[in-house]
Amino acid sequence: MSDAKGKTVLLQGNEACAMGAIFAGCRFFGGYPITPSTEIAEHLARKLPTVGGVFMQMEDEIASIASIIGASLTGIKSMTATSGPGFSLMQENLGLAAVLEAPVVIVNLMRSGASTGHPTGTGQGDLMQSRWGTHSDHPVVALAPATAQEMFDLTVKAFNIAEKLRVPVVLLPEAVVGHIREAVYIPAEGEMEVINRERPSSYDNLLFFKRDKSGVSHPPDLGTGFRPHFTGLTHDESGFFTAVADEVNAFTVGLNSKIDLHREFLTDYCEETVEDADILLVSFGITARACAYIVRALRKKGVKAGYFRPRIVWPFPEERLRQIAQHTHTFIVPELNLGQMRYAVQRIVGPEKRVVGINRVDGAMLTLDRLMEEIKEALA
Amino acid sequence: MAIEPFVKKYLRQRVLPTIWCGGCGLGTAMRVIIQALDDLKIDQDNLVVVSGIGCSSRMAGYLDANTVHTTHGRALPVATGIKLAHPELEVVVIMGDGDGSAIGGNHLIHASRRNINLNVFLLNNGNYGMTSGQVSPMTPHAWYASTCPFGNLEHAFHLCDMVKSAGATYIARTTTFHYMQAVRLAKEALEHKGFSFLEVYFQCPTYFGRFNDMKDAPTMLQWFKKNAVRYNPEKPRELEKGQFYVGKLWEDNTKDEYADLYRKLCKRAKEMMQAAK
Ligand SMILES: Cc1ncc(C[n+]2csc(CCOP(=O)(O)OP(=O)(O)O)c2C)c(N)n1
Ligand code: SF4
Ligand SMILES: [Mg+2]
Repeated sequence: MSDAKGKTVLLQGNEACAMGAIFAGCRFFGGYPITPSTEIAEHLARKLPTVGGVFMQMEDEIASIASIIGASLTGIKSMTATSGPGFSLMQENLGLAAVLEAPVVIVNLMRSGASTGHPTGTGQGDLMQSRWGTHSDHPVVALAPATAQEMFDLTVKAFNIAEKLRVPVVLLPEAVVGHIREAVYIPAEGEMEVINRERPSSYDNLLFFKRDKSGVSHPPDLGTGFRPHFTGLTHDESGFFTAVADEVNAFTVGLNSKIDLHREFLTDYCEETVEDADILLVSFGITARACAYIVRALRKKGVKAGYFRPRIVWPFPEERLRQIAQHTHTFIVPELNLGQMRYAVQRIVGPEKRVVGINRVDGAMLTLDRLMEEIKEALA
Repeated sequence: MAIEPFVKKYLRQRVLPTIWCGGCGLGTAMRVIIQALDDLKIDQDNLVVVSGIGCSSRMAGYLDANTVHTTHGRALPVATGIKLAHPELEVVVIMGDGDGSAIGGNHLIHASRRNINLNVFLLNNGNYGMTSGQVSPMTPHAWYASTCPFGNLEHAFHLCDMVKSAGATYIARTTTFHYMQAVRLAKEALEHKGFSFLEVYFQCPTYFGRFNDMKDAPTMLQWFKKNAVRYNPEKPRELEKGQFYVGKLWEDNTKDEYADLYRKLCKRAKEMMQAAK
């Protein structure tokens, strides 16, 4: 990058995330300490007061996400950071954020195991929870960074998506990605796109929750003279509760339509040598980094292998995977859980394709040796 | 009956009538709040009302202000985010007794402790009205509810004492029988800078009254009248069984308000940053 105006620094993934948040315009953080997310809070506790932002350590994770929803409704970009046990507590109000259409970013550093689990281990067990953790149909977007650089870049992207679609966005790094130290390029102001929510200057008939063609509604910020009503109940375009069947249906279908209507904006993946691939390694986050090496090694041995890594995991880049599946017969899905992404891949490529999982759930990462060994077995 | 102009001003008439039962005390409680807002000339554009879930919490929808009807028990942490993001907004928090003392009890403790300038109106009908009369942490011992048909084994919270020990800096109690007092206390609460807590006993004839031998709203109001004892800090007296204090119970103006402290912290942090450069 010869005309780069920013700077490259050695950063921990969590620090890069915190700096990405500040870059994106985040000015409110509410959180509760938990390994391995705490460095994000600690960084922002020092930084936010110096840029006119608010840092709050709340009494628990329920209050943490509640506080960022409140701040967001006043127009301030807001974020929290946690790990599995805290993410579980946040599910109630993650649904509230989706229904109030309050843009918020939730960073969930994935540790290992259910319940309190293995707090210092790494894992990828919250993939499904990030999509389906709160009850009933709701829009949510999840991103899976694999490097310290992506902890910066995808945090900015998470805020952009949250603001544009008015949805909760989950950043889903593994514990190792939060703690890895790598060179990170920090762009100068203006070098990377920052999106701010749309703020209409007027509304027809006080219909604050009327959707535009892209399925997004643009209710006003609190305290800006419009006096909107926000409720977690099913509501009509005015924002008030409705129990009329057609209106309830329109609400739920409309709310969820924003994801489908933004498929292109929400498609983000990396791939290598997929065009003629017989076998495809599909993975995400830290595990996918190992897969890239494996695919290159396999190619050197003459195996037609390809690599596919969604950076936005929800919505899953289904269309691209389906295209690849037209010529690929075997899909190998390595992940640090017992097969959550494999489940999604099998559904997308269809029952006639062979989908093999490589799984590790002991708190450590899948090593190159082990991956190579298991892939050889699968191909034998 | 025609609605008086000042009441009209603070109501969203397009969403009336309310969902509340005939005889419910929530209409009176809402009028108390409206009267206090109007007397203090509080600008509706600058007013945010945050509530949880329950009959009481539905009030947020009827008030013509910026209103946020959140999840059960979570009004206070949402209000905390709103107030700290925009300290110039006037933030009122409305919750039921179950909302504020059971599921949201922990939030109440910590919001009191921080002394953020929020105005809590905790509307106490002694049970869970919305879900049809189950026992709440505010149901008196040995009284009845749908989930304690043989009498309540638990004991009601002394909620005002609890928020005092947690650090709230304005605390008062009133009832829907004591209209004039209620308005005066609501105004004091709104004007107080810091965390203020006004508990309002209101009648739920549909469930609490019916389960406890009080057949209608007037009977329940008589019960409030009979048992309320005006609090006088000069002359504290032994309360008899069933009696409760009404009036201003506590005010402490020595403790700094949180958003003020935060503003000062920001200034300090910036200066330290500059000095380090
Ligand atoms: C998480 C959750 N649990 C339970 C409920 C069901 N629920 C709705 S209102 C309510 C109780 C309300 O009681 P209170 O706060 O005293 O308000 P009231 O209706 O008496 O004014 C309950 C338990 C809910 N909405 N959400
Ligand atoms: S159930 Fe009780 S609290 Fe709820 S509206 Fe009816 S009378 Fe009022
Ligand atoms: Mg109640």
